Amino acid sequence: MSENVLKLENITMQFGGVVAINDLSLEVNKGEIVSLIGPNGAGKTTVFNVITGVYEATNGAVYYEDKMILSNHPQGKMKKMYAGTDAGKFSDVMTKTPDRITSLGIARTFQNIRLFKSMTVFENVLTAKHMLRKSNLFGAALKLNHREEANAREETMQLLERLGLDDVKDELATSLPYGKQRYLEIARALATKPKLLLLDEPAAGMNPQETMALTAFIKSIRDEFDLTVFIIEHHMNLVMDISDRIYVIDFGKLISHGSPEEVQNDEAVIKAYLGVSEEDE
Amino acid sequence: MKKSRTDMIFNLSLVALIFAAVIIVENIPGVNPMLSTVLKKGSIYALVAVSMNLLNGFTGLFSLGQAGFMLLGAYTYAVITIPDSAREKVYMYVKEGSAVSRAWFDNISNALHMSEDVSKLLIMIIGMLAGGLIAAFFSWLIGLPVLKLKRDYLAIATLGFAEIIRAIFQWDKLGPVTNGSNVLRNFPTFKTAVFPLTVSALCILFIVLLINSTYGRAFKAIRDDEIAAEAMGINLAHHKRLAFVISSFFAGIGGALLAMFQNTLQATPFKSAMTYEILLIVVIGGIGSISGSIIASFLYISASEWWLRGLDSGKFLFIESPAVLRGGFRMVVFSVIIMIIVLFFRKGIMGEKEISVTRFLKLFKKKDEKNKEI
Ligand SMILES: Nc1ncnc2c1ncn2[C@@H]1O[C@H](COP(=O)(O)OP(=O)(O)OP(=O)(O)O)[C@@H](O)[C@H]1O
Ligand SMILES: [Mg+2]
Repeated sequence: MSENVLKLENITMQFGGVVAINDLSLEVNKGEIVSLIGPNGAGKTTVFNVITGVYEATNGAVYYEDKMILSNHPQGKMKKMYAGTDAGKFSDVMTKTPDRITSLGIARTFQNIRLFKSMTVFENVLTAKHMLRKSNLFGAALKLNHREEANAREETMQLLERLGLDDVKDELATSLPYGKQRYLEIARALATKPKLLLLDEPAAGMNPQETMALTAFIKSIRDEFDLTVFIIEHHMNLVMDISDRIYVIDFGKLISHGSPEEVQNDEAVIKAYLGVSEEDE
Repeated sequence: MKKSRTDMIFNLSLVALIFAAVIIVENIPGVNPMLSTVLKKGSIYALVAVSMNLLNGFTGLFSLGQAGFMLLGAYTYAVITIPDSAREKVYMYVKEGSAVSRAWFDNISNALHMSEDVSKLLIMIIGMLAGGLIAAFFSWLIGLPVLKLKRDYLAIATLGFAEIIRAIFQWDKLGPVTNGSNVLRNFPTFKTAVFPLTVSALCILFIVLLINSTYGRAFKAIRDDEIAAEAMGINLAHHKRLAFVISSFFAGIGGALLAMFQNTLQATPFKSAMTYEILLIVVIGGIGSISGSIIASFLYISASEWWLRGLDSGKFLFIESPAVLRGGFRMVVFSVIIMIIVLFFRKGIMGEKEISVTRFLKLFKKKDEKNKEI
């Protein structure tokens, strides 16, 4: 169980003078479901954006399956402005665009749903299969890749059936109810055949029943698709039920870490949430 | 699956029908010569509009370089294909004469004992392909820096590129190749509309196939949401560049066809006004609709070259009033019509939809069902 899938080492993300993540180190091991929680604006989404290459961390390194995939240290103007620690620790500079990260096997969903607006449910998922193509442009245009295309369509259909979206497959993605859009985002991420799935507040906007169903669903896909899941969530019931381990951050800094019981009883966490913890959104 | 097959068969037979009609119409003596002009120029504009739509409509990159890439295609075509025997006269204002020769092709053609027709067709095809490739090459070169720019800046940069290209092609120092600001002529051209229609149809067919392929889906994903597309493993820089290069390739082919249509070639008409004309066609037809672009091209050319001609020459429909209907009035009316279209049909004729018999048939079925209910 201790095979390392994702590791963050001393990550600091500074926007101008704002330190959004401050010296954050964490690990996610194979087959685990790990949660990242913290009050609004704590820097959770920013952590995902650093891992997926949307932002370039100011300092620190990211490892995927024990290989360094991203690394940086304060450079240029940032050298003077840098307000974090460990400035001298990292000498490598390694950057990747988000598509490269995805092709390594890390897929994500977005907190503010980002579906392809002009496409149907089916097309949204099928589009995510583009990454796995072997055909070139001419082969694809002249339909020499019909086997690959048929394969992609079949896998897409299977995914939609698995996620209960097959009955709405020809509807515009944006016409779906909110909850189904969240499932569609997960379907689209799964279509890239990831090993590590990053979910950014998948239960946002869901009622307690829906949240419970989602909790069971995430567990089941973890087993079925052999996934490791790193999840940001505000619904504490879901977090406590689902997580093998939990990381808590506040103002970009790690304030607690451990099993659900340990974190629940941690003074620092209770203080940070100041009674906000059991709220229902 | 079955639905798209019906549509495909319908579309193919539609194309076949149009071709048959064109051949018949062109061979009837005394047919309005304007019709022939509309068919030729309309098919050329259709190709260029579709190529612009691929970029602006399907990939969401707002580029205004179309005229520049057409100019590259047109000049490449003309410079390559002018027969050597005519070069001295064509380049007579250039001290050094023509620096280009097509002897390489004539030698091959002679060695293979090609008939004159075959030889002419072949050099036309070579010239067009070269035109497309040169346009594609230049778009590949400027693509990397330019495509990083956001919306408005991309438009400005491509527009600037087109203007610079036009200025460079008129530069004296390039005279031995481009003939400076003098007219290029005597390159092989087509007589009937069958040639431009065929070339356009083949090119548009390729673009349609591409749009319906996995690459087309990637382009649309970029248009819909760049961040999500990237997160789904679509390399933005690579795919934007692909769309830009392919669009420019077909704009280059369109430019070569336009040179043939005009019989002579000069850089001056390839102004930004030409790009706006094509943008207008794309908007009128519907951004993101191929059939819309095609229909709008023929309507636009018909209106500007034919139906509204009378407005400039004093006679329109039954009105005869030389005082009002004189030079320039056509453009006034034309602009008003276009403004009305853009104001009241925001999504163009077709929106993002395509012509489809199955949808058409469904419409009828629904009506039938309604009637039954009543
Ligand atoms: N691109 C950016 N430029 C400047 N500041 C940013 C940027 N992105 C995030 N921030 C700042 O980083 C901090 C953390 O934001 P982030 O979105 O990561 O919070 P979060 O924990 O996901 O909050 P929420 O629970 O509301 O989703 C905020 O103060 C935000 O203003
Ligand atoms: Mg967030």
